[in-house]
Amino acid sequence: MTGAAETSGTEPFLQIAGLRKSYGATVVLRDITLDVRRHECVALIGASGSGKSTLLRCINLLEVVDDGTVTLEGRELTDPRVDVDAVRTGVGIVFQAFNLFPHMSVLDNVTLAPRKVHGIRRSTAERDALEMLDRVGLADRARAKPDQLSGGQQQRVAIARALVNRPAVMLFDEVTSALDPELVGEVLDLLAELKNDGMTMLVATHEMGFARMVADRVVFLADGVVAEAGPPEQVLGDPVDPRTQRFLRRIIDAGRL
Amino acid sequence: MTEVPPASWPGPDEPEGPPAIGAHRYAATGPDPVATVAIDDWTPSAVEVARRAYRRRRSVRSAVIAAVATVVLLAVVVLVLVNTPGWPKFRERFFDLSYGWEVLPDIAEGLWLNIRLAVVCEIGILIVALTVALARTLRGPVFFPIRAAAVAYTDLFRGLPLILVLLLLGFGMPSLKLEWLPTSALFWGCAALILTYGAYVSEVLRAGIESVHPSQRAAARSLGLSHGRTMQYVVVPQAVRRVMPPLLNDLVALIKDTGLISVLGVVYDAVLNAQIETAQTFNYTPYVVAGVLFVLITVPLTRLTDWVARRQGWTGGGGQV
Repeated sequence: MTGAAETSGTEPFLQIAGLRKSYGATVVLRDITLDVRRHECVALIGASGSGKSTLLRCINLLEVVDDGTVTLEGRELTDPRVDVDAVRTGVGIVFQAFNLFPHMSVLDNVTLAPRKVHGIRRSTAERDALEMLDRVGLADRARAKPDQLSGGQQQRVAIARALVNRPAVMLFDEVTSALDPELVGEVLDLLAELKNDGMTMLVATHEMGFARMVADRVVFLADGVVAEAGPPEQVLGDPVDPRTQRFLRRIIDAGRL
Repeated sequence: MTEVPPASWPGPDEPEGPPAIGAHRYAATGPDPVATVAIDDWTPSAVEVARRAYRRRRSVRSAVIAAVATVVLLAVVVLVLVNTPGWPKFRERFFDLSYGWEVLPDIAEGLWLNIRLAVVCEIGILIVALTVALARTLRGPVFFPIRAAAVAYTDLFRGLPLILVLLLLGFGMPSLKLEWLPTSALFWGCAALILTYGAYVSEVLRAGIESVHPSQRAAARSLGLSHGRTMQYVVVPQAVRRVMPPLLNDLVALIKDTGLISVLGVVYDAVLNAQIETAQTFNYTPYVVAGVLFVLITVPLTRLTDWVARRQGWTGGGGQV
């Protein structure tokens, strides 16, 4: 613990300051500064390769940052002295490709962290997991293997698997990009429900409809910095930054907005 | 179902309002991949009937050709063999049925020792191999000595011929005259097999571990699992399933190589028993008997493992092509 600052609804809950990350000579994130309030849902948009995924992976400490800090509830996550495993249980992440464990049943996927990280007894963990699976509408598929589920169902299991850790913030990394068009809705509905339940969320997405209707704020990443941030209707409807304008123009031309 | 959910979230410029957020609309769930189609009263069309008849004719034809070819080939081999000038002597020396039957119990008893040795060694090998493979996956400068030791071990014991390891340990260790060291040839024979095969099997396991996609590790670590727990519950179980065929390959090779312990002289396994018999009678039939017994052990083992792997759904891919 580096400090136990009180957090209220107005104070920043998740603070990203001066974040820099490069892979070799490629600088992906140059200088990212972004504050997320408690219960806020922030949509991260930007072209492919603009660093949306990298930013989320840095917050979850799956990547070691080159510079800058990430602070959650007054505690600096990027401090090398913190216990990364403890940090990660407080920061849930859901990936584009689901990444379920294929050799385990749906139920075992969801109970793995509670049992092996938190040491919860199997019976208790399974009861909690079934409750969570019920919430994502999949309690009846608890005994199935991931490859017996549709993409949308697999992604909902992945969300349940992250949620059983009771994270303070959830990161979604283009969670609908690998789904067939008719399956996108069921996952976005779930995200909207989570937001309504007060979850603090950072959602990297190409779904402009979702960003427009669910997000409290839209953040546009370009050239490794936050190029534009603001309410959805402003960023998507009346963008100021020329890079945002160009990006949205391309999306409109592709028939996606 | 009163409400048909939208295929995707509408864009902001579309006229209809946002869907009721928070409403349960999981009717949008896609088709269930394992759902079965209700049985209807389908009968194959004329085209399908003709196709099936054609396929049946082709497979009958293939089977007949294969059977005839096999019989002809075998007949040729037997005829050539039987007509060689040395055949009568060869048959007497290598295929003396009554003598083979006579030595069978001795050799079978020896084989039982081979099997027990293989089981004990395999357990040791898997422990050594997994430890070494995991040591090689450790990252960071702190673990350099462990990684280096694991690499050195693999390089050394993959390079040394097994027979040399057997001789060096089997005769070398007892000659050190250390009281606390075991002197039994059986012990040092097993140690040599474990060390040599441990090096091979560790490479097989390492290949399996590295074949598990990094995203699996990322998913496990993101849930808060430590490196060790990630390996234990996520990576190694998937790795072992994938390398089952080469692991079995090494087990079969091990069963046969337990016979090499007989170079130490006092381990009465199938090979040594056959050798003793042959030395008394100058008839090689006992070797053939031992060979047949080894094959009889290893073939069912291969089939059993294939069957288990299929039943557990461990074998990937599949399908017709």
